[in-house]
Amino acid sequence: MIAPAATQRLLDGPPPSAGPESLAAHLARLGPRPRHPGGSLIEVIDRAELRGRGGAAYPAAGKWAATRQRSRGNAVVVANGAEVEPLSAKDRLLMTTRPHLVLDGLLVAAEAVAAERAVLYISRADDDVGAALSAAIEERRAAGDLPLPVSLARAPHRYVAGEETAAIAHLNGGAARPTMVPPRPFERGVDGRPTVVNNVETLAHAALIARHGADGHRRAGADGATGTTLVTMAGAIHSPGVYELDGGSTVAQAVSAGGGATASVAALLVGGYFGRWVAADEAWDLRLGIDIPLGSGAIAVFPHGRCGVAQAAAIVRFLARESARQCGPCEHGLAALAATTTQLASGKARPRDTERLQRWIGQIAGRGACHHPDGALVLLSSALRVFAGDVATHLRKGRCDRDPTPLLPAPEWSGKRR
Amino acid sequence: MSRLRVNPIRCTGYQMCAELLPERITLDDWGYPMLDGRPLSPHLVELARKAVAACPTAALRLVAESEPTR
Repeated sequence: MIAPAATQRLLDGPPPSAGPESLAAHLARLGPRPRHPGGSLIEVIDRAELRGRGGAAYPAAGKWAATRQRSRGNAVVVANGAEVEPLSAKDRLLMTTRPHLVLDGLLVAAEAVAAERAVLYISRADDDVGAALSAAIEERRAAGDLPLPVSLARAPHRYVAGEETAAIAHLNGGAARPTMVPPRPFERGVDGRPTVVNNVETLAHAALIARHGADGHRRAGADGATGTTLVTMAGAIHSPGVYELDGGSTVAQAVSAGGGATASVAALLVGGYFGRWVAADEAWDLRLGIDIPLGSGAIAVFPHGRCGVAQAAAIVRFLARESARQCGPCEHGLAALAATTTQLASGKARPRDTERLQRWIGQIAGRGACHHPDGALVLLSSALRVFAGDVATHLRKGRCDRDPTPLLPAPEWSGKRR
Repeated sequence: MSRLRVNPIRCTGYQMCAELLPERITLDDWGYPMLDGRPLSPHLVELARKAVAACPTAALRLVAESEPTR
């Protein structure tokens, strides 16, 4: 029996500053985790139209149904909390403040797909996440509410380690690098078993849907972007951080949630570093998840005062460094894009270099085992379009008169991949 | 009908395939094969089989047209 509810929001309850919500507080607020035997929750998730919140927006019910169909009671559920997107903080916020909502989601997913094992996959760099989730697992164990073994796995903090086949490769004892599909995770995943990998926010939504039903989820959001969604606001914004918006909110509403821009806005980067740049005057009315993919949920506000060409070059260099270097077109192609975009930013490029960039963008598309190179192409091609005026200035005069210091982080990670 | 598919992780750019089947395989600026995704006519299937057999890293495969690209 599913009780109706007025609201269904992930961050209802105590403020984030209160730290991890205890099991007792979680149960007092939301009641016990309801049971949905025999995979019956999958149909509810399907009616809720819950989409994945890790980047690809894949329908959760589709993954679950494919996994359940192949499971002989031996499936594996993986909560993907390896938040490696430099602009994003929403998964960490969720895991460190609502660990039991994430665990509930993992457990309802495990029941739905007939799993015998569940894993929380997080980044090795996030000690506070590991601490919050370990403590939550222990609370559950002590309370006798762990119907299957739940383990915590720490992944290398590298960009492609968050990709679902990289998670499976890591859990199978290999390096956290993407693999070829097929086989897809539901066909052959952890230990060769049918496996479903869901982002932790996706699972937290599933935990609420298990309680409040599909209608509870759909009370917020819009067709095509049901429910609420966590976004991380970054860049030239008054209050950078994580906000829970209704699905289908506009870019303007997201910026307002973050207190507004701190400077005149030239463009926004929507979806993190595999997202796309949009000129400000074209961006405000775009509905997130409907008119433009929300990707990892990160939105960066970029001001007129900074050089977008230099910023794009810094991000492309980051993405080239973070290539798993398994596929030639990604390893060599992204390195070439990064080098030439950097020349463009520093005023050392000629018009034929931008022609080369366009040719390479066409050559590399769709040719990696994973979507890492495609993400870099979307980022770069949208930047070349949105900052076309500045690109022309760089070609003509060497530099533009904007500040070339990147506003958005492009960290240099050197850690192991295993 | 069948078409060619390359495993980009296995492919190390020996370029044998592009020599044997230039009708459907060209090289990018770094020497890695770019496959024309159209189905192969019976005449080209024979050449494609030779290209598959010649690949030193077994990166190239002939697949049924219905198989997903990736």
